[in-house]
Amino acid sequence: MAPVKKKQATRRKADAPARGGSGAGNEKGEMLDRTAMLTMMIRIRAFEMKLAELVRNLVIKGTAHPYVGQEAVATGVCAALRPDDYITSTHRGHGHALAKGADMNRMMAELLGRQTGYCKGKGGSMHIADLELGMLGCNGIVGGGMGITVGAALSVKLRGTDQVSVGFFGDGAANTGITHEAMNLAAAWRLPAIFVCENNQYALSMPIAKAVAMPDIAARAAGYGMPGEVVDGNDVMAVWAATRRAVERARRGEGPTLLECKTYRWLQHSLRVKGPDRPAEEEAAWRAKCPIARLRRQLVQEKLLDDAGFAAIEAAAAKEVEDAVAFALASPEPPLEEIELDVYAGGFIE
Amino acid sequence: MTISQGQGSTSGAPAGMRVREITYAEAIVEALRAEMRLDPRVFVMGEDVGAFGGIFGATKGLLQEFGPERVRDTPISEAALIGAGVGAALTGMRPMVEIQFVDFTACAMDQIVNQAAKIRFMLGGKANVPLVIRTPYGTGLKLASQHSQSLEAWFVHTPGLLVAMPSTPADAKGLLVTALRDPNPVIFLEHKLLYPTRGPVPEEQYTIPFGSADVKRPGKDVTIVATGLMVSKALAAAETLAAEGIEAEVVDPRTLVPLDKATIIGSVKKTGRLVVVHEAVKRGGFGGEIAGIIAEEAFDYLDAPIKRVAGKNVPIAFNEVLERKAVPDVEDIATAARSLVG
Repeated sequence: MAPVKKKQATRRKADAPARGGSGAGNEKGEMLDRTAMLTMMIRIRAFEMKLAELVRNLVIKGTAHPYVGQEAVATGVCAALRPDDYITSTHRGHGHALAKGADMNRMMAELLGRQTGYCKGKGGSMHIADLELGMLGCNGIVGGGMGITVGAALSVKLRGTDQVSVGFFGDGAANTGITHEAMNLAAAWRLPAIFVCENNQYALSMPIAKAVAMPDIAARAAGYGMPGEVVDGNDVMAVWAATRRAVERARRGEGPTLLECKTYRWLQHSLRVKGPDRPAEEEAAWRAKCPIARLRRQLVQEKLLDDAGFAAIEAAAAKEVEDAVAFALASPEPPLEEIELDVYAGGFIE
Repeated sequence: MTISQGQGSTSGAPAGMRVREITYAEAIVEALRAEMRLDPRVFVMGEDVGAFGGIFGATKGLLQEFGPERVRDTPISEAALIGAGVGAALTGMRPMVEIQFVDFTACAMDQIVNQAAKIRFMLGGKANVPLVIRTPYGTGLKLASQHSQSLEAWFVHTPGLLVAMPSTPADAKGLLVTALRDPNPVIFLEHKLLYPTRGPVPEEQYTIPFGSADVKRPGKDVTIVATGLMVSKALAAAETLAAEGIEAEVVDPRTLVPLDKATIIGSVKKTGRLVVVHEAVKRGGFGGEIAGIIAEEAFDYLDAPIKRVAGKNVPIAFNEVLERKAVPDVEDIATAARSLVG
């Protein structure tokens, strides 16, 4: 890294539209590209639905945790971020990675354990990361990214830039000790962190109502001295708007925010494991709140999109996914010497 | 740094430098201060490391020079501290986290083992985690079972971590400078009885490479490999043995990962006898690793069985006598060496 400089050159003009896959607006939201957000959600869903098939057919070994149904959270949050902002993610992290601009080919190759993947096939589904995109990593440990979120925010403060650091976590992670420690530390030090709880109602089989006495995780924010907000996690515009408020607050140096995005995981916890069974009417009710259908309706109503336009987005996403699978399948497996590479910077230690 | 192995030096402090006697704690402060002056990415955080200067005084005076942004007193949140260290390290900083007692690393083990140690590998080598975790270990202050452990084997058993155990003020300074410049996570273990001990330390900043054992005393009859505080006990035992006509060679690995196998094997080839000494409990301890290496790679040179002198397989008791008897003393080491030579 270059020597620490005050207000690094990474700082962007306030009114410059964000780059990156999600498309986003200027600081006033006027240039927000909702079609780009819809496209991102469709890409995430297409990717995840393909994974279900690939895991079933053993093209993907091991497992993957599907994000279907929760697309609005990753998309809305990342649309409010700049390319140089940081995110940490979870075991259910493909959506976050794509929304932060990750390349689908390299993601798919990683899921297939190939040398061309983000981690050369050594990380797999749960460890996709791209530091150049500010994507500091998915994480196999529930709550494992929370401290890293705080550390990236601390680094921002010490380097004197105005980046922000977003930590995605689930309702399950909400009950781990480090989540508490991390939120308290971020608040005590007024760090530019945003904690985004994706409350998808279940920690594997454990319903949130049995895991906590309080209905809202966001209510905990008061205990840390930061704002907390419950957000409709299936409304990408609501997620984007809430994140933007939190981002502005963080960039002004006013400290962290806790957002709780209520949403629902449509598929099983892990693609390799059946179930757990949930009430059919509950699943149906949440599927009726599909975040993609919702934004599509809005855009159609406003005559910004027609059926043909929607079909074209879907077709492009499907092709991108098929191309990614082809890329991954054509990619080599990592050579055996990779076993001992990358353990230590500077070389392998016997 | 470039990780180097097998460079066994026999010197104390590097030659040609202005040397004076300071304590082990002061040597650590010197290393931190000089690196913080040199490198704005280096910062310090931990419980009571600011105005209080650290519970053993190893960050004394840093707050006054560098201010509260770079010398950060923290809440009692070991997991978040290590996690924050990892996050800061991933994003361009070089954090040094002090964990007040090594026993408390248990509260942060996920962050050390699953995050800090594995991120580089899991990401296919695209990330470095230049994080130093300094922490006191060991018995001697009557602090009972949860403030007296020697836990180096936990970290040695975790690929991705480097592990240092300096036994003298000069080694502490040189190894800590190396740790602070290294791109890997380093567990830096300081025996709490060593902090007030004095020794010659160069005023200048210098580095001691990791993977470079130090022969603290040459000898031809028996090799004693000892770590941390046990180095001084091994040297005392060597004095006793010398009076009896037994010349013990005392080897201090200084870092357990990487380990300078060449110096240890070379010494055993010369003496034909090996005693391994550590304060940590014997079962699953690092002494077994050294014994295993010698059994695999230098068995033909052994004239006697390998002896391990280590802590009893028990938690540390509060009572002073029980505490003292749970870990090796000078006579235990001398007895073991004598039994091999006799």
